[in-house]
Amino acid sequence: MSTPRANLEVFPRSVRLMLWLGLAALAAFPFVGGDFYVQMVTRMMILAIFAMSLDLLQGVSGLVSLGHAAYFGLAGYALAFLMPQNEATSIWLTLPLSVLASGLAALVIGFFVVRTHGIYFIMVTMAFAQMVFFLFFDNKALGGSDGLYINFKPTVSLGGWTLMDLDDKKTLYFFTLATLLLVYGFLRRLLWSPFGRALAGIRINEHRMRALGFGTFGYKLTAFSLAGALAGLAGYLWGVQTGYINPELMGFHMSAHAIMMVILGGMGNFAGAIVGAFGFEVVLHLFKDLPQVGSVQLGKHWQLWMGSFIVLVVIFAPRGLLGLAGRLGRHKGAVDE
Amino acid sequence: MSEVLLTATGLTKRFGGLAAVNNVSLALWRDRIHAVIGPNGAGKSTLANLLSGDLPPTDGQVMLCGADITGWTPERISRQGLGRSYQKTNIFQAFTVWDNVRLAAQSRQSQQPWNPLGWLLNASKSIATNDRATRAIELSGLKDRREAMAGAISHGEQRQLEIAMTLATEPQVLLLDEPLAGMGVAEAQRMVELLLKLKADHAILLVEHDMDAVFALADHLTVMVNGQVIASGTPEAIRSNADVQAAYLGEEQA
Repeated sequence: MSTPRANLEVFPRSVRLMLWLGLAALAAFPFVGGDFYVQMVTRMMILAIFAMSLDLLQGVSGLVSLGHAAYFGLAGYALAFLMPQNEATSIWLTLPLSVLASGLAALVIGFFVVRTHGIYFIMVTMAFAQMVFFLFFDNKALGGSDGLYINFKPTVSLGGWTLMDLDDKKTLYFFTLATLLLVYGFLRRLLWSPFGRALAGIRINEHRMRALGFGTFGYKLTAFSLAGALAGLAGYLWGVQTGYINPELMGFHMSAHAIMMVILGGMGNFAGAIVGAFGFEVVLHLFKDLPQVGSVQLGKHWQLWMGSFIVLVVIFAPRGLLGLAGRLGRHKGAVDE
Repeated sequence: MSEVLLTATGLTKRFGGLAAVNNVSLALWRDRIHAVIGPNGAGKSTLANLLSGDLPPTDGQVMLCGADITGWTPERISRQGLGRSYQKTNIFQAFTVWDNVRLAAQSRQSQQPWNPLGWLLNASKSIATNDRATRAIELSGLKDRREAMAGAISHGEQRQLEIAMTLATEPQVLLLDEPLAGMGVAEAQRMVELLLKLKADHAILLVEHDMDAVFALADHLTVMVNGQVIASGTPEAIRSNADVQAAYLGEEQA
């Protein structure tokens, strides 16, 4: 029997150093980057939160959801419905309710899907996400295929004092960065909690977990709901940033991209999901900007290049970019456990 | 003092037309080892799966520590006091030995995954869980292998780990499916000593092929052939039983 490869849960020094440098770069970036790039990195950070929420299922619990974008989009729609047409509402109202909407949807859908295993789980999560997608796509009252505009940014005030103005691009950038760090810190803590250890056990051997007395259904359902709520947090920020929400955000491509981000960065440790989200977006832009060679528009076929790229990563760096960084940092001749 | 901890009455499992386990009854007592023997395909492992809840019985009843557990899920039966080890090593290969046993011990902590207060605790700092895990690891003789990866230790040590994980759940009844399978002589001897030690405060059901070990350990023997019990009694009575010799022991010695 071969030994399954453990996730890279504890970071070697090289990876920790890299993460701190990355954080410093993110904190300094708005002071050097222009508005366009500040917005672009904000977007990447939002996707990183989304990818981390999926990693709780995919990397930690071994539940590969192919419908995770549904919970991302639902919170965005919740924000669109909660925001009046002609005035701004408070973040204290819209944020918790939007996150709750996604979490509740995940709880209800999760009740059915976490009973299934393996390929069935993948198919059923996708089927539910497609149902949610078409519910909005085919329904004019829910915005239809055009989606909905969110005319105002939510206000952040306390007792009449405006704490921050999310209309300001740098403010929104730092608000998103703070959220990213908070979610990361929370999930890292959760990874080492009894709940997180039980999820890891379920990933490796659910049958044995049940024989040991763990009610795995409750663990998986909780993880699914929590991941849905955190995806909702990302979707809420997306709605705030773009001021626009449409069914595509809940679609198959969005879910698949999140899976690729988590694989690209390295599964099961949340830092990989962040690295993967940034890496994916950067590579995506590179491929889309490829020049025309002869009569072939290389950039138009970015999906082909992206697919090949992911395949190469899976073959040569099965633990993702983060695992690669960890390996480079080790002494020559050291064996990968 | 001995007490009955588990009774199975008329236990039957049919797969289509085949009765893999047919009308089997047995009782497990604290401070006694009850061995189930029989040739391959006799239904021993199926019987173990019926008792642990891995399979639901077609017919019959199982009582465990005063509760009717027939049809219960494996996790509920485990929490009611039954611990089982598997014939095919069934451990968390990607974890260290300690993490395997610690996780098993964690199953006796309050289980409320949905409680947000628990999400911020550190699993490795639960004193009660660590104590349970330490006791189980010391009892099973794996103290020096705590930090080794479970997938990388020897086969015999993996069998010991199976037992350690089961013990960490502090069961009343131990259901051990071929704990000696594939072990060398010295390893098997150590395991026999461990089982004799565990006998004092557990009721043990032992499914085993190693006849030397069975007769060294068992207080009571049940012999199964084709899903049915053909004999049941003390080791001496079984040894001299003509049916058993014809069906089973004779084959082994030939």
